[in-house]
Amino acid sequence: MLRIEGLQSGYGRIQALHGIDIAVTEGEIVALVGANGAGKTTLLMTICGNPRASAGKVWLAGEDITGLPTHHIMRRGLAHSPEGRRIFPRMSVLENLQMGAARGDPAHFAQDLERVLDLFPRLKERLAQRGGTLSGGEQQMLAIGRALMSRPKILLLDEPSLGLAPLVVRQIFEIVAEINREQGVTVFLVEQNAFHALKLAHRGYVMVNGKVTMSGSGAELLANEEIRAHYLGGGHG
Amino acid sequence: MEYFLQQLINGLTLGAIYGLVALGYTMVYGVLGMINFAHGTIYMVGAFISLITFLVATTVLGTSVPLALVLTLFAAMGLTALWGWTAERVAYRPLRSAPRLAPLISAIGVSIMLQNFVAQAQGARAKPLPPVIKGGVTLMDSGDFVVSLSWMQIIIMAMTLALMAVFTWVITRTALGRAQRACEQDMKMASLLGIDVDRVISTTFVIGAGLAGVAGMMVTLYYGVIDFYIGFLAGIKAFTAAVLGGIGSLPGAMLGGLLIGLIEAFWSAYFSIEYKDVATFSILVAVLVFRPTGLLGQPDVEKI
Ligand SMILES: Nc1ncnc2c1ncn2[C@@H]1O[C@H](COP(=O)(O)OP(=O)(O)OP(=O)(O)O)[C@@H](O)[C@H]1O
Ligand SMILES: [Mg+2]
Repeated sequence: MLRIEGLQSGYGRIQALHGIDIAVTEGEIVALVGANGAGKTTLLMTICGNPRASAGKVWLAGEDITGLPTHHIMRRGLAHSPEGRRIFPRMSVLENLQMGAARGDPAHFAQDLERVLDLFPRLKERLAQRGGTLSGGEQQMLAIGRALMSRPKILLLDEPSLGLAPLVVRQIFEIVAEINREQGVTVFLVEQNAFHALKLAHRGYVMVNGKVTMSGSGAELLANEEIRAHYLGGGHG
Repeated sequence: MEYFLQQLINGLTLGAIYGLVALGYTMVYGVLGMINFAHGTIYMVGAFISLITFLVATTVLGTSVPLALVLTLFAAMGLTALWGWTAERVAYRPLRSAPRLAPLISAIGVSIMLQNFVAQAQGARAKPLPPVIKGGVTLMDSGDFVVSLSWMQIIIMAMTLALMAVFTWVITRTALGRAQRACEQDMKMASLLGIDVDRVISTTFVIGAGLAGVAGMMVTLYYGVIDFYIGFLAGIKAFTAAVLGGIGSLPGAMLGGLLIGLIEAFWSAYFSIEYKDVATFSILVAVLVFRPTGLLGQPDVEKI
């Protein structure tokens, strides 16, 4: 589904990714964990073409998408719920969802809207409310909902748990599992909350300073001593 | 009372023209955070295109006046829109990631270039156009003062209203308008949703320039005299209108335009016509001191 080979990128002269190899198979949930500044967000954004890769390749559904402009890449069955959610603050919830559907077939809109509102009933009551006035949890739901409006084959999720109460985090992770299980959406998830992410994921990768240092099944990584010490704080996140 | 009413009509007419030009400033600012200093010049170019098209249509082609006016409208709108597109491609887009000052200077360069081109090609002297649409309706006649509304004023207000209505509909209700607002609020996110940001920016310039072109046409028909320099002061006043209404706010630009028109008309009528620009700009300063975001501009309510 998504294959990344030797990917390098960065910002100006600062290189943030030093040759990343990752593969995500259709139907999987794959988690990428790592400390602050490891380059997780940079990796997801480089997949989307912004910043551009300086070396290496990205394949999406068998096609080489390296170097394509972002809006072209995003029209190939890829959706991104980015770090910080990036809800359009002065647009209503409905308009935010409409923006998510902008690259989809208008004939599917009503159906997709219903599907997303079924997943997130909280949004249904707030369709006319401005995005900027939603709570953090609601904004995260909107960000995921907006991404799903385009009927993606693969969903990139950047730290959906950031700043949310444990209960809301659990809700959101359950919904991600549901999207994957019932709608067959492949998920590539970036998290600092390594415990939850690895429990949810089929497989995981660990990133340190722009390099992948470990990979394995979610359970394997959760059991790993080093990971327990570094990312799980000895307990459960 | 009659005198007051007449000034109100004059002020609203003038304000409609400023409002149309102000929309272009505020739209470009909203999306790029850039003051397009060449925008006033586009209004001047619209005026010249109108003058030339109208004269060619009526004298060379021998078309009737209504047909000539329609042709003029299309030419003014179409050619200025094309110019807006070209200027963005050539002079601003390459500077998108340059320091903010660079596109600003580039815009001033475009503006001076265009002004001097028109001055050379068309001559620096003022160009007259004999009144095309004469007459009007008398609203009130108290014996010593007549309040009249000329057909031209009616056309200007009606056309401005129509354009603003269409424009508002496009921005608030259509996918194009949504994409435009999305780019204004978060360009990177818009591109992550498959929006071609460059195209949206081009469209913004095209719409803004087209509206300024129509304003240029109306001013030509209304005053019947234009020169290569009219874009400068009108541009600054329209920019003032945009700031007064709250830069980035579309209703603000329309409101600001009307207010500047009214202030100018009333000040000229009741105080002194020589000091009208002093008054206009003093009010701008006063409003900004007490309300830096302008009348309808609002500080964002954003989380995180
Ligand atoms: N816009 C930018 N300009 C310059 N450097 C950047 C920019 N964004 C990120 N970086 C740098 O790139 C490196 C990787 O950052 P990135 O945001 O990808 O990390 P991350 O793993 O997502 O961290 P976090 O968990 O804190 O979100 C960091 O050293 C960061 O300082
Ligand atoms: Mg990050």
